[in-house]
Amino acid sequence: MILQIQNIGKHFGGLQALSQVTIDLPQGEILGLIGPNGAGKTTLFNVINGVYAPSEGRVLFLDQDVTGSKPYRLAKMGMARTHQIVQPLNELTVRENVMVGACFGEENHGMVRAAKIADEVLDFVGLGERKDQLALNLNVAQKKRLELARALAARPKLLLLDEVLAGLNPSEIAGMVQTVAAIRERGVTIIMIEHVMHAVMNVSDRIVVLDYGRQIAEGTPQQVSQDPKVIEAYLGDPKLAEEIATRVD
Amino acid sequence: MKIYKKPGFWLPLILLVLVGLWPILTKNAANREVVSSILVSVTLASSLNILLGYTGYVSFGHIVFFGFGAYTGFYLMSVQGWPIYSAMAMAGLVPAILAFLLGKAILRLRGAYFALATIGVNEAARSFVKNFEPLGGSVGMQLNFQIYKDYGGAAQALWLTFYLMIGVTLAVVIVSYLVRFSKFGLGLMAIRENEDAAEVMGVVAPDSKTWAYVISAIFPGIIGLLFFFKNATILPGDAFRLHLSIETIVMVMLGGAGTVLGPLLGGAGYQRLRGTLLVTPLFRNIQLVVAGVMLLVIILFIPAGIVGWLRDRFPRLRRVLE
Repeated sequence: MILQIQNIGKHFGGLQALSQVTIDLPQGEILGLIGPNGAGKTTLFNVINGVYAPSEGRVLFLDQDVTGSKPYRLAKMGMARTHQIVQPLNELTVRENVMVGACFGEENHGMVRAAKIADEVLDFVGLGERKDQLALNLNVAQKKRLELARALAARPKLLLLDEVLAGLNPSEIAGMVQTVAAIRERGVTIIMIEHVMHAVMNVSDRIVVLDYGRQIAEGTPQQVSQDPKVIEAYLGDPKLAEEIATRVD
Repeated sequence: MKIYKKPGFWLPLILLVLVGLWPILTKNAANREVVSSILVSVTLASSLNILLGYTGYVSFGHIVFFGFGAYTGFYLMSVQGWPIYSAMAMAGLVPAILAFLLGKAILRLRGAYFALATIGVNEAARSFVKNFEPLGGSVGMQLNFQIYKDYGGAAQALWLTFYLMIGVTLAVVIVSYLVRFSKFGLGLMAIRENEDAAEVMGVVAPDSKTWAYVISAIFPGIIGLLFFFKNATILPGDAFRLHLSIETIVMVMLGGAGTVLGPLLGGAGYQRLRGTLLVTPLFRNIQLVVAGVMLLVIILFIPAGIVGWLRDRFPRLRRVLE
């Protein structure tokens, strides 16, 4: 197991954001993490990569207990993530942004090697033309790609993708889905939070559904999409519920 | 690419050497004093730039390191009879250690809270020195003029101090260039832009910030010693001038925070301006008002400073202006 999440609970004051979440993630899997808004998906990411310390439970990464470790320690162990709300380093160039990922990740490259990796990764995500621009000049879709490029430049073992598809148009989504599949081909384990149902259902090996901080379902995309509890959780969003129910490829 | 092939590396050094040569060639002590004050400003501004410009942490108390370094070296020379070179080493080392300890304590604060804490540090340092008798208390310390004999007499000693000042200023500009284009510097700039995102990418922010603070404390201490060695007397009020901290911020912002050349231009430019204002009857007593207004205007209209503005306006200059 590359990652084991054991009985994680997190509360902010009186608000229980996560309770009793337990997930085992084998090497090489793509795990889809879905659930209505406010279900605690991003909070779970924040617990996994050390932004928050959990109130209960343990996180094991590569068989080491990393509960409450700082994000930079996890990055150096080989974990990378993207942010739902993009976090570009605005006054640095696109290339420099990506070099930060390569320089300070597990492989700990020097500047020259990092620049090379950055150029490769930027070509891979389709930002090669813009590498000398300041990151603040990118549009939202490009900033999403930049997030992905920074994470990839670290050549992580585990990649946490927080809504990389949100805000993209259908053809961009198709491109990004291919990119994610290509990343997995390299042997990277991925957890992705996603609202674009058909994409996450297609690309994931397994799905975990969160609702109000609880794990209400887990299984293959087919199993999950037929689970009444999942459909109920999405009832507030009839269109999405329907999409889940009919989604059995 | 090797740094010695880059024009952006040589330009600041050449400018500094030219400015430094002027009093040497004219053999004029008045010119020397003018250039000395510029060198002090450039050293302070370039040092602060490593923290303010690269790392994005505003320190209102940077002059603490100037004061402490000066006091340390001055004490060692006047009371313990150390030669100037080893006193200089200690004048850099002691502020560095102080910065390390302070950094561990207050660099966990972000934004305005860090800035407030640094003001507190400045005031605390001044009160401490003022009331600490071994350092002369509120009357400070004086050098015995005999000491200049070791360096070939007072006139020779003053010239020696000047050469050392040039050396220190060149060193700080070189260090600031090396940091700017190193991996360490990339981490600092990532912290400046978004500390949380930087940590997620693996930048060990607490350590990086502390080392940036330490590096930025060394040179102000050394130049402080040289400054007060030249004056032969040191007082708490002169060594810990809060407004000099603020003026240093103006210098960095004026030249261009986060650039190598900026603090050099800003330091020299502001120092010359101040010199002019101080002898102009109208502004003599309100030169700090001018500094305040300047800071306001820079932040409102050219937040990137002179160098940043030129780089934006003339992309071709980017290779040279770094």
